[in-house]
Amino acid sequence: MANNHLTSESKQLATWYFTFAAIIFGAQLLFGLVAAIQYVMPAFLFELVDFSIARIIHINALVVWMVFAMFGSVYWLLPDETGIETVGIKIGKLLFWVFAAAIVVVVLVYLLVQVGPADETTIWFITEGREYIEAPRWADFGIVVVALGFVGNLFLTGMKGKQTGIVTVLMADMIAFAGLYLAGMFFTDNISVDQYWWWWVIHLWVEATWEVFVGAIAAYGLITMIGAHRKTVEMWLWIEVSMLFGSGILGLGHHYFWIGTPEYWWEIGALFSALEPLPLVAMFIHVLYDWGKTQGSQDAKGEQLSVINNKPAFTWFVLNAFGNFLGAGIWGFFHTLPQVNLYTHGTQFTSAHGHLAFFGAYATILIGMFYLGVQGSNGIKVMKNTKLSIWATSMITGGVVGMTVALTIAGYVQVLVSRAQMGATWAAYFDGQSGLWFVQAMDWRLIMGVVTFLGFVLLATDLLRTGKSAVHER
Amino acid sequence: MANKSVWSDNRFWQRSATWVTGFASVLLIWLTFDTSAQISMGDDADLKNGVTKRVPGPTVINYKITYEMDAKRGHEVPVIGEKEKFFGRDDYSEEEAGALLHLGKLGSQAKNCMDCHTLLGNGAYYAPDLTKSWLDPAWGPEGSMQSMTGKDTKEEAMAEFLQHPSQYPTHARMMPNLGITAAEAKGLVAFLKHMSSIDTNGFPRNFGKIQGAVHGK
Repeated sequence: MANNHLTSESKQLATWYFTFAAIIFGAQLLFGLVAAIQYVMPAFLFELVDFSIARIIHINALVVWMVFAMFGSVYWLLPDETGIETVGIKIGKLLFWVFAAAIVVVVLVYLLVQVGPADETTIWFITEGREYIEAPRWADFGIVVVALGFVGNLFLTGMKGKQTGIVTVLMADMIAFAGLYLAGMFFTDNISVDQYWWWWVIHLWVEATWEVFVGAIAAYGLITMIGAHRKTVEMWLWIEVSMLFGSGILGLGHHYFWIGTPEYWWEIGALFSALEPLPLVAMFIHVLYDWGKTQGSQDAKGEQLSVINNKPAFTWFVLNAFGNFLGAGIWGFFHTLPQVNLYTHGTQFTSAHGHLAFFGAYATILIGMFYLGVQGSNGIKVMKNTKLSIWATSMITGGVVGMTVALTIAGYVQVLVSRAQMGATWAAYFDGQSGLWFVQAMDWRLIMGVVTFLGFVLLATDLLRTGKSAVHER
Repeated sequence: MANKSVWSDNRFWQRSATWVTGFASVLLIWLTFDTSAQISMGDDADLKNGVTKRVPGPTVINYKITYEMDAKRGHEVPVIGEKEKFFGRDDYSEEEAGALLHLGKLGSQAKNCMDCHTLLGNGAYYAPDLTKSWLDPAWGPEGSMQSMTGKDTKEEAMAEFLQHPSQYPTHARMMPNLGITAAEAKGLVAFLKHMSSIDTNGFPRNFGKIQGAVHGK
């Protein structure tokens, strides 16, 4: 990504974040493939890079590339929204290198050291062994410092420049996002207490603060890409914030059904998490309605012109509207009621939901931001889809949907055989895993994973090349 | 001309968002206080006096644990019964049992257990759920694991398996050797036994009650 057209240092920094995010995205998919192969061929890399290690890197890289792309997105939109250069950009650049270096060290330790003795040194320097936030404690403190610097820059810029509705939402959201990480930084012998607070990080990130972040980014994208009216967009954004936090914060209860916590979480979790899809419907309507509205006014002028000034990015934003609703909303609602969750909890159902939700809600819109970065870096006025963009988008989307369907079928087998029929024991588990449908589903998941990975290779190529393409209007 | 409606006023929606978020957060914090009290770990006195805690104290390893249907609650709950030997003893002090549990919980994180298994149903789905694994018939006197590992008790069979998992494959998908020492294995088994005593509101349903009805067995 050439930066010659970017006069804003904040936007230059954003492209660094996007580039590093894209690389880690590749690592995520690569180690996902390793794990998928191991389901089909368990001997693959056995006692070399075991499933646990492949999966740690798969899900940690997922979180990390998304956080990088989110930080990058904020640095990208700040000059546009506030009308000034980001405050503290030098510190921002320094923290980028600190963050990137820390991530590389953490991943290398995961891969090369893998496990440690059962004492505090392992927790401090190798792994904390808690899904998604395995990063050892030294890295936790590093992440807190980096996050504080980022939030500081955002606040100082927002208070000095024009504080739009989007910036206000981001300020409130990002401080919650950073603060919640603290809930996952301590050790306790009590696994119920452990998981209670662990979910504060995981759930209140992905089902609350990250979703609000997506709302803000979608709002920014609608204004910049199709010229939607700020007043309308920001009003919707505030409605979305009420709905997302109103349902998402107490929706946390759906993780408290079976971890030792009291029974009242059944009712609270069921009620509020059942409401969680509603804001996602609202966001979906919002994006499509605004698109139709601005395009309609354009059509009324009698010109056959698209209002979209960045086709590939807008494609990903629309995919986000669909994907968020389908992956997070529908696939989440499938198994959120305790009566159902008693049998689906801890099965491939969750995995199916996880794949489509992280992709639909977050990967899509962040890839869209990558394309906005390419557009700005290359001084493109109207950016169009190349053949490669279309292939990449179709293969990645098709691949993830394919994996989701396969995992859902695998989940059904597990729920029926291992859980409902046989009562969840060791023998029950392996009877389910050996079922024909389960085995075939895992084959299909691998095939679809390969499709996704190839799509990613095309996406990376497109991001590197499309800036120089002659199809765009400059 | 009519006045501008409040429903199209951004300030109104901003305030609504603030109030809704604030209200939900306060409710969550209040519930957190209540839940934290309910899931705090019990102690040896509770166990001796028959006080039921959702998360019993570490000395629960001195007792026999079963998983039985509670008619009133409509699901299974762990029941702590008479004394039971654990690695040959049933008189672990609070300190000894606490140290074992501490070692086991650390071990469960240091070995990344959660990235293949699920614990309380959370984790990865590449290996069996460990929530009630202590109560799994496979490790009991009728099960195959004791004879496979050449041990006479459940805890010894589990500890042996944890130290040399790839020597005792039960499926093409094997557990890798994670360098678990004898002491760590003992801690891990204590951790698993303790976890099976946690009141998980009936999860997993029917655990260990159904003896295979698949493939006409």
